[in-house]
Amino acid sequence: MAALDPRAGEETLTIYERSVAGRRAFTAPALDVPDVPMEEILPASALRTRPAELPEVSEPEIVRHFNGLSKKNFDLDTGFYPLGSCTMKYNPKLHERVAALPGHARLHPLQDPEYAQGALELMWNLQEALAEIAGLPHVSLQPSAGSHGELAGLLLTRAYHEGRGEQRHKVLTPDTAHGTNPATVTMAGYEVVKVGTDEHGGVDIADLREKATDDIACLMLTNPNTLGLFDRNIEEIAAIVHGAGATLYYDGANLNAVMGISRPGDMGFDIVHYNLHKTFTQPHGGGGPGAGPIAVSDRIEPYLPRPQVVRVAREGEGDAHAGNGRAGERPRFGLEHDRPRSIGRLRGFQGNFGVFVRSYAYICSLGGDGLRETSETAVLNANYLRARLAEPGVAEYLPIAFDRLCMHEFVLSGRGARDKLGIRTLDIAKRMLDHGVHPPTVYFPLLVEEALMIEPTETEPRERLDHFAGVVRSILEEAGEDPEIARNAPYTTPVRRLDEAGAAKRPVVRQPSADGGGGAEQNPGDPRRAAENPAGATGAI
Amino acid sequence: MAESYPEDLRYHPDHDWARVEGDEAVFGITWYAQDALGEVVFFDPPKVGASVTKDQAYAEVESVKAVSDVFAPLSGEILAVNEGLSDGPETINADPYGEGWLVRVKLSDPGELDSLLDVNAYRDLLKS
Amino acid sequence: MSRYTSATDADTRAMLDAIGVGSLNDLFAEIPDGVRLKRPLDLPDGRPEQEVFEHLSELAARNRHADEEVTFLGAGMYDHYVPAIVDSITLRSEFLTPYTPYQPEISQGGLQVMFEFQTAISELTGLPVSNASVYEGPSAVAAAGYLARNQTGRGKLVVSRGMHPHSRETLATHAVGYGMGTAEAGLTPEGATDLDTLASLVDEDTAAVFVQQPNFLGTVEELGALGEAAKRTGALFVVAADPLALGILKPPGEFGADICVGEGQTLGNRLDFGGPSFGFFAADERFIRKMPGRIAGQTRDMDGKRGFVLTLQTREQHIRREKATHNICTSQALNALAGVIYLSWLGKRGLVELGQLMAKRTHYARAVLGLDAINPGPVVREFAVRVPDLDGLLTRARAEGINPGYPLRDTYPEYGDGLLVAITERRTRADIDRLAALTAPLREEVAA
Repeated sequence: MAALDPRAGEETLTIYERSVAGRRAFTAPALDVPDVPMEEILPASALRTRPAELPEVSEPEIVRHFNGLSKKNFDLDTGFYPLGSCTMKYNPKLHERVAALPGHARLHPLQDPEYAQGALELMWNLQEALAEIAGLPHVSLQPSAGSHGELAGLLLTRAYHEGRGEQRHKVLTPDTAHGTNPATVTMAGYEVVKVGTDEHGGVDIADLREKATDDIACLMLTNPNTLGLFDRNIEEIAAIVHGAGATLYYDGANLNAVMGISRPGDMGFDIVHYNLHKTFTQPHGGGGPGAGPIAVSDRIEPYLPRPQVVRVAREGEGDAHAGNGRAGERPRFGLEHDRPRSIGRLRGFQGNFGVFVRSYAYICSLGGDGLRETSETAVLNANYLRARLAEPGVAEYLPIAFDRLCMHEFVLSGRGARDKLGIRTLDIAKRMLDHGVHPPTVYFPLLVEEALMIEPTETEPRERLDHFAGVVRSILEEAGEDPEIARNAPYTTPVRRLDEAGAAKRPVVRQPSADGGGGAEQNPGDPRRAAENPAGATGAI
Repeated sequence: MAESYPEDLRYHPDHDWARVEGDEAVFGITWYAQDALGEVVFFDPPKVGASVTKDQAYAEVESVKAVSDVFAPLSGEILAVNEGLSDGPETINADPYGEGWLVRVKLSDPGELDSLLDVNAYRDLLKS
Repeated sequence: MSRYTSATDADTRAMLDAIGVGSLNDLFAEIPDGVRLKRPLDLPDGRPEQEVFEHLSELAARNRHADEEVTFLGAGMYDHYVPAIVDSITLRSEFLTPYTPYQPEISQGGLQVMFEFQTAISELTGLPVSNASVYEGPSAVAAAGYLARNQTGRGKLVVSRGMHPHSRETLATHAVGYGMGTAEAGLTPEGATDLDTLASLVDEDTAAVFVQQPNFLGTVEELGALGEAAKRTGALFVVAADPLALGILKPPGEFGADICVGEGQTLGNRLDFGGPSFGFFAADERFIRKMPGRIAGQTRDMDGKRGFVLTLQTREQHIRREKATHNICTSQALNALAGVIYLSWLGKRGLVELGQLMAKRTHYARAVLGLDAINPGPVVREFAVRVPDLDGLLTRARAEGINPGYPLRDTYPEYGDGLLVAITERRTRADIDRLAALTAPLREEVAA
């Protein structure tokens, strides 16, 4: 391939390539203290000898640069985004306004709790609401994401068993599980044991029974599962798992299907994580931030991470957890650090408070009935789209993986399109980009061939679902006439299909700096430079 | 290259091959394996001198979206790894039985050879 | 109809007909009766937008935020000015509302931001490989511990007591999971990591050694000597750093750090009562396939046009599952975007100017407060002092609208009268002098 020319198109320049020596955006506040030379403040050995190669760009050009980049992103506020398992629902604008209030955004995390009562009350209220939604009494808001919540869940499980003098070494995960589940199992020091899926798309009960030995610490389950199906045997599953002395963990990725309808605690789960960025509409931000609070049953509570937000009694008041304090007087809230059986901290400070503000605002807006209606509409939308895609002209190419009523999402298989039209699920997804819709999650779950996992969410109106069904149909019809069109799609996007293999073989993960690779001056011949310089020892990409 | 399975190789059911030369053997993955994996972007070789055990994973090959264990068709000690793959892992796709070889092994139990498949048996396995 | 949905009764009827069921309730027929909630959720009723706004405003008003006092509180998060362009750009829906860039053709903006972010972090840390960010600082420290375990197979982590207490505790929490123990190297009487103790703790079973730069008390550590001690037995040398201070401090990579992680709040992110912010994770080239989290890489499209993709994904949980390098799914993309906008705004010279301003004001503040220094050595943005009547000072300062800093007694009982004072570009000489006026009677006490 020819050498890469970053200046081939103005629109592809990085912020570093826009840099011109001497330009600037920032003006430092004037030095208002004695100008002591840096050499007197710091030993020479600690001082940087070469400034970091940050760009030199004026403020207007920084704004143009990033606005230009933004226009190369597809986003939820622009179009339909049925990414299965990600719950791409509308993010209310109110939430950005309340999160930006200085009392929230400018509050230091180590502020004396006496002067952070509003924040602690908000967290307490959110904990209480989440506990009610999950049907489990105790909540920790601390985990930073669903994956972090999963890790918390398994560390809690370990502490719980150790507290009973037990050592267990294995964790069960269904073969349909999100990849985070097995990855978490390993990080928590357990071994993964896979449980099979039955012909209805649920947990294979016979397989579970066989594997639920006294060496099993936990079963991690999503319900509805990653096929979008509610496991009808959940009560039996819970009985088997508890009978073996293990905990039952609920991956809350799919909670959007069942709010106010069925609660994980009532299903028998001991530990639940919520994805506030999915169900409770924290904007996904291009991949973060999120938050992954957990709720647990009484027997797990002593081990929750610290600190915990607690409501504390006023002087002379009785039970700290009873009532709302004296009439007309606000209760007080605190951070409880003294939790001797706690697994400890999972991160700094109190968690992703800015996310809590948004999710709390959402719950306040909707209330209990609104949350139930949210789930009902999510399930209505998914089943309607499922029905539209089961029509002739589509179903023979994209058969549904399990032909049942679905919950908030469903999974189609692209095997018909592959066999009859010669196009892969990837091609269908790429062609959707030319139609201005985001493709579903593809090639997951792994047990469905050529999978397309579709989650429309409740915030889509019927006509958007109809439009999407029409897009799918037209792509299939077009492929019947000329499959090459889909195979080479997309055509209208800022770039076309990218060479991912080339990127992985010879990774270029940073901008080579103007001097031929940051630090190369001081460190000539350093082999680590090879990663930055595509024209270096490893040859041109 | 087109699908092929050389007659002079012995095959392991996990889609690995061995070319036995006296008490040494060269290992690689079959055309079927590289096709299923897609374009190989990385080969993580074992260390020279490491022991490999028949039916156990001894290395990994990666495509963009998949990782695959490579199983040892026979037991022994690694004598050499194909250094050329670090710069050109796609050679495994282009020439899986030649330049795309993975490791050379000093065999510890030549008797294991009997349990490997010949080309006809391997072709039958692929058809089933 | 719920607040943000569209289905009218007529829509619902037509959709149920198309599905072939009679009612919404029928859609949930798969849920066994025994696990159904047969009552409404016990939550307050939903409220109109303006009432929700009023409720949250009222809660926010009961916090004393950083514009309502002159704050010297730091200890891991700092009151830096966040320029307006950060808000303007991060609020754009094209950055705010997409998910992680699974479809690179329609995610080039986000992917290029990751690439630019990785470059900036590489420059700051002096390490060639950076990921696209992780949750936040202390859990980034724990992620480095997991990498060290997987890389070395060893069982022990040696941690300086100069590491942020939240980092030490987070590391210990996670290390229980991956089956490792931690050993703590204490501080010298001058508030720096005790090199001899640290060296004595590093043995053949040590997977990694962790120090912080500047350390929790604000001391600029001697990374060269600490790194040598750490690496003698083949342990990885992990430095947790304040990225803003790295504008003037020699990058950890130049001291031989194998991994540099840290909390990114100081780079254009709000205080937000502790999150969300981002953590960064940079490492030596030989760990590129062991890194946690997302990494963006440069490539080209089928027409030869430059583009960016998520790369080396075989490390990650969605592909490698139980053998993944970490269980993290995404990055903190929006917070990392704020970071790269902020660093672009500061620019090559501004970063140095800001660092020098902080260091000079910090130098001034420590002198003018005139209290007994816990860490009299070099500092750049924060320092610890002994306050004879700490509670008295806290009370008097509060009354004057000043937050004098972080009392060390909760996390460092050995400094029962210790106060950690942080300086940013927002703390002017006049602010510092106000604090000094409050400590003047204490100075006399010290002198007496």
